[in-house]
Amino acid sequence: MQAKRTTKLNIHVQGWLLALPAVILLASFTHIPAVVTVIDSFYSTPRGRVPSVFIGLDQYQAMLADPIFWRAFNNNLLYAVVTVPVAIALALGMALWVNGRIKGRTALRLAFFTPTILPMVAAANIWLFFYTSDYGLLNQIIRAFGFANVNWLGDPATALWSLMAVTIWKEAGFFMIFFLAALQQVPPDLYEAARMENAGRFTVFRRITWPLVMPTTLFVAINALINAFRIVDQVIAMTGGGPNNASTLLLFYIYQVAFSFWDSAYAAALSTVLLLVLGSVALAQFYLLDRKIHYR
Amino acid sequence: MRMPNRAREIFVTGAAWAFGLLWALPLFYALWAAFHPSAYATHFELSAPLTLQNFIHAWHAAPFPRYFANTIMLVLGIMAAQFVVCTLAAFGLARWKFFGSDILFALILVQLMVTPDVLVLENYRSLQKLGLIDTLTGVGLPYVASAFGIFLLRQTFKSIPKELDDAARMEGASTLQTIWRVYLPLAKPIYVAYGLVSVSYHWNNFLWPLIVTNSVETRPLTVGLQVFASVDQGIDWSVICAAALMTSGPLMIAFLIFQRAFIQSFLRAGIR
Repeated sequence: MQAKRTTKLNIHVQGWLLALPAVILLASFTHIPAVVTVIDSFYSTPRGRVPSVFIGLDQYQAMLADPIFWRAFNNNLLYAVVTVPVAIALALGMALWVNGRIKGRTALRLAFFTPTILPMVAAANIWLFFYTSDYGLLNQIIRAFGFANVNWLGDPATALWSLMAVTIWKEAGFFMIFFLAALQQVPPDLYEAARMENAGRFTVFRRITWPLVMPTTLFVAINALINAFRIVDQVIAMTGGGPNNASTLLLFYIYQVAFSFWDSAYAAALSTVLLLVLGSVALAQFYLLDRKIHYR
Repeated sequence: MRMPNRAREIFVTGAAWAFGLLWALPLFYALWAAFHPSAYATHFELSAPLTLQNFIHAWHAAPFPRYFANTIMLVLGIMAAQFVVCTLAAFGLARWKFFGSDILFALILVQLMVTPDVLVLENYRSLQKLGLIDTLTGVGLPYVASAFGIFLLRQTFKSIPKELDDAARMEGASTLQTIWRVYLPLAKPIYVAYGLVSVSYHWNNFLWPLIVTNSVETRPLTVGLQVFASVDQGIDWSVICAAALMTSGPLMIAFLIFQRAFIQSFLRAGIR
């Protein structure tokens, strides 16, 4: 009896001891900073001898009146709304191609997946060259078709879209492998049955393939959505948020406010918004993934 | 109206190939520029001479050997530390229901969403207090306790039959000995998968090292490449392309050789 109680107590102590290094590190680099960030957003930024004071919601009021914040926020929403579905649709198309009995599918899979392995900064520099306004390949092609040069990254109308193209290029191949795995799970007799019924290609896709890869689509969509709100590398490497903040995104604006303008309290308020966005995606994940995926 | 099967097959194959070429175009373009003299960077002639000069130039124009060393130390250091810290936590969470373990696990999962670079400013301040600014330890430390690693290993450990565990304990093995002798060997493929994912993530990571490092001695490749491309190098695209390809080189070559293992790992690991 005595022995049993000691082992039980032992498990609680041992469990916590084993988790202790992870707990300390996670607390100091995730949980405590998150809480401190939220608290800091209610204070002013200390400047020189002026200490920070409690100012309630003033930072948030300033934020609502800050056109660059709205620019970053709306840009980020647009970024997510465009890149996530496009990357997913392309990824599914790639997976269907590579999964079929197509000639040279190994080479195709390689072409689709390779951009994923490149560091974003390297990809960004390659695309910078691709986008160069007078002699970049893209403008060479456009000119060959008789159109005028476009200053892809220098024009506020195209800068954000040019960044989106890089993101889609990098991500689609990564998502492809998840769809590929899902497609290989589809029981072949379903397709066999469809062939017996003489069903067309589109019907087969709509009635068999699409429902069966739905859980994968949700999983990929949630992860892509989270990534879309943490994008910053290509903004730093390609446009610096410009021209005239046309391509700024939330995390980039936080980085700028924190490390170029040194306005730490405002950066904290902006980070709180980002935390809220990520939190809502997490809740969506909890409800969507947990409820809908279990028929797998 | 239906196309005959043969014609449709050719059409689908053609479309797939055209799309594949389009996808590879930026990379081919970069390869072209990097392996030819600058004069040919933007016009294409089959007779253009091949050269390695751009790579040699980039290698000498910036401290790339040092950047390579930094990145390699960084990714291996992070991976080793992650293996230790995540294994211990994952084992406890997989095998025992200790006081508060459910809440603990839920709190750990928060980090899947809130990665250390989301809280850049606060984490930068913590590093300042620890005196770890501009050190490789500082770049790696926030990533050591990886929620993803703990989650992945916990799932794996849960699938290992408890009888094996009990058998080892009957022979008098301690907890750590049991992990070492029973769990590590059985979870080997998962460690390989996690290792590949971790290495490629940190090889490519950019924002956090950009903020934490400010000297050649600590800068990893990604930050070094950015500094090189934006400051040192005007607009010699051939050299920039060579540098960009060079920084991704080892990872790309490893990927080409171990393609299957890489893809399997990303699948097993699910999220990066």
